[in-house]
Amino acid sequence: MSVSSSDTMIAREPSFLVRMMRMLWADKFALCAAIFLLVIVVLAVVGPSWLGELATKQNLRGRNLAPFEWSREWVWWMGADALGRPLLARIIVATQNTIMVAAGAVILSSVVGTLLGLVAGFSSPRVGQIIMRLADVIMSFPSLLIAVIVLYLLGSSILNLVAVLSITRIPVYLRTTRAEVLEIRERMFVQAARVMGASQNRILFRHILPVVFPTLTTLATLDFAYVMLAESALSFLGIGIQPPAITWGLMISQGRQYLTNAWWLSFWPGLAIIMTTLSLNLLSNWLRIALDPVQRWRLEMKGRKDG
Amino acid sequence: MAEHLLEVRNLSVEFHTAAGVVQAVRDISYYLDRGETLAILGESGSGKSVSSAAIMNLIDMPPGRISSGQILLDGEDLLTMPAHARREANGRRIAMIFQDPLSHLNPVYTVGWQIREAMTTHGMQAGPARSEAVRLLTRVGIPDPEGAMGKYPHEFSGGQRQRVMIAMALALRPDLLIADEPTTALDVTVQAEVLALLKELQRETGMGVLIITHDLGVVAEIADRVVVMEKGELVETGTVRDVYKNPTHPYTKKLIGAAPGKGEMHIAQLTGELLLSVRDVRKRYGSFDALKGVSFDLRAGETMAIVGESGSGKSTLARVLLRLDEPDAGTAHWKGRDLFTLSPSELYKLRRDLQMVFQDPTQSLNPRMTVFQLVSEAWAIHPDILPKRQWRERVAELLVQVGLSAEHMSRYPHQFSGGQRQRIAIARALALEPQLIVCDEAVSALDVSVQAQVIALLDKLRRDMGISFIFIAHDLPVVRDFADYVMVMQKGEVVELGTVRDVFEAPREAYTRALLAASLDPDPDVQAEHRAARLKRA
Repeated sequence: MSVSSSDTMIAREPSFLVRMMRMLWADKFALCAAIFLLVIVVLAVVGPSWLGELATKQNLRGRNLAPFEWSREWVWWMGADALGRPLLARIIVATQNTIMVAAGAVILSSVVGTLLGLVAGFSSPRVGQIIMRLADVIMSFPSLLIAVIVLYLLGSSILNLVAVLSITRIPVYLRTTRAEVLEIRERMFVQAARVMGASQNRILFRHILPVVFPTLTTLATLDFAYVMLAESALSFLGIGIQPPAITWGLMISQGRQYLTNAWWLSFWPGLAIIMTTLSLNLLSNWLRIALDPVQRWRLEMKGRKDG
Repeated sequence: MAEHLLEVRNLSVEFHTAAGVVQAVRDISYYLDRGETLAILGESGSGKSVSSAAIMNLIDMPPGRISSGQILLDGEDLLTMPAHARREANGRRIAMIFQDPLSHLNPVYTVGWQIREAMTTHGMQAGPARSEAVRLLTRVGIPDPEGAMGKYPHEFSGGQRQRVMIAMALALRPDLLIADEPTTALDVTVQAEVLALLKELQRETGMGVLIITHDLGVVAEIADRVVVMEKGELVETGTVRDVYKNPTHPYTKKLIGAAPGKGEMHIAQLTGELLLSVRDVRKRYGSFDALKGVSFDLRAGETMAIVGESGSGKSTLARVLLRLDEPDAGTAHWKGRDLFTLSPSELYKLRRDLQMVFQDPTQSLNPRMTVFQLVSEAWAIHPDILPKRQWRERVAELLVQVGLSAEHMSRYPHQFSGGQRQRIAIARALALEPQLIVCDEAVSALDVSVQAQVIALLDKLRRDMGISFIFIAHDLPVVRDFADYVMVMQKGEVVELGTVRDVFEAPREAYTRALLAASLDPDPDVQAEHRAARLKRA
């Protein structure tokens, strides 16, 4: 997207990055969330090469080993799964696939959905109609059904999984964006830009997109959890991620049959999903305020009081 | 001392916000007797609405807090009353009408239902309530009152809706009527009618009327006494005539001095080159004729004022001239070339010459851009005007030119007041060095004193830079000191077109005369003459 930011910097003020860091410091919840997400991202990068072997080694004598046995090595602290593999290590290794599928699907669907929504809202009514009816078609299918068919035909791989999950989520972004664009394009400042002779692209990306953006980030973070769970549903049906590859969603569904006697099998990966989405939510909430000049003082004032 | 109907004693109200405690009103006192009209006059942010909100118990607490004072209704303190007694007093003894009747009438109920509800909640039977509602609608001058009972709020015009609100407020024969900017959203001719109705009803019922307004004309027309407020403090009080003739506080003086329509009128020169020649422009929306053939000429350095009430097509004309909407027929020759047939690339070049300032600067400035970005965007769109390294310097220059300063550059629009925001919008228009600026109600949303400053600024720009203006307004006095020509529009047609002197001193058309007569003069004596003349005509 061609949003030029070179002229956003104003000399005497602290740079954009410094201001953002200060505002992050002011919101302690968002700060924790950011740190947590940073850890997740690092684990996703190094996880498989670091603990990959340990996470797949079976140990049938330690089946469904209970958690909190501090005397053992740290990878066993969360217990072990039905084949005696350490849960903590498996969660760390699974981070990569989980984040790749979820982030990939969310980013792909939000970018495509937003662009289509911008076009549908801003171009001629006919183009808008075509795009909207396509979205209706996608929405009228049960998303799981599309996923089953497509994955059955194309075979299951991480890439196909990302594609399928994002296709089913595109209409959500598309409809939201279009609805907002229809409202914003009538606002005075858009008219003012037209009077100045601004091009369509400039109006879309410079004037309309920044106003829609906060809604979209909120939507995307909520979608993150949805996509993770949808992926686990597909994996449960056997057309998602194939063992021995693992994701958090797959771990939850594998632990399902032991829920009555070994709760930790599903609990820990579930906790990981909750913590990740919660962090994303907190961070997006912070981002919404930090990017809005009208709201920004809330964070800047707090920073001054605390620091 | 006889007891007053309403007495506010030493009232202070504060609001607790994230930015600290804001004193909305500080230690104000005033009183109102039966059959009397008291006006509270003040500009935005003066706290003029806060005391009435306190009377009606409409202040949200928290964040609001009444820190001191009493509000006595017939000697009884409303603030210490138990909640149910307070509710009983609201509506039955005190009624209120608001600025925007559309947002205060429930859109899903008929107006008949809503008037009846006001009466039945206070214990009237359904049958009598209905006949009383019909009587009230008749009284406030709604045509076909029986039929009107079954209609929904959107089926009425703005003035009729305000009449319905008045009918609702009077349903329980209140002793005190509070009117918060009751005519601000209405056209001038409708405004005069509604104010006359209020006065009549007051004579009939003997109620006290507390009217809150920013408009000296409204005060002169309806009020007996006036209270002037500035920044939460009461600065002056007295009879309308005394306050107007001998203001003592500097703020009151400033307010009276800023009232438009007192300066020298321009004398049209007719010397500049012909800039814009508009012929027979038409525009339809569905089956509604917004413009029915409008023609006029504009020369370089001249100001054409277009005046008309809502629905007259004046804003449509502006939008069509700037090609924000496409006209259905007609031509508009800009230096000999027809604006309406330009290709997109020619239009893009022409944008430099033709600029627009919008009514509400809060909405016409992108809230996510700094002043620097807003003004310099013009050069980002038209890169050949100015190389990028000179942007900062030139923005600073423009800001100084419109009466702001260079250090405002990195701020966002919400950090400015309404008048300052409009200056930013003007600076943005100037960035392209245009030859014609179309101002669509550019000062209507501003306070009177700010209005005068902005108009003075525009006049200075015209003198210094030779810019022509098309100045659209709904009110005649505003354009009197500024325009060379005045074009009066009604229902998509030009009613009268002439030099400002001709239109103001010798209006030819009845509609122009009606507009002139309806616009309110801040001088109570002049206003009394107007009223007498109106009565004679009627």
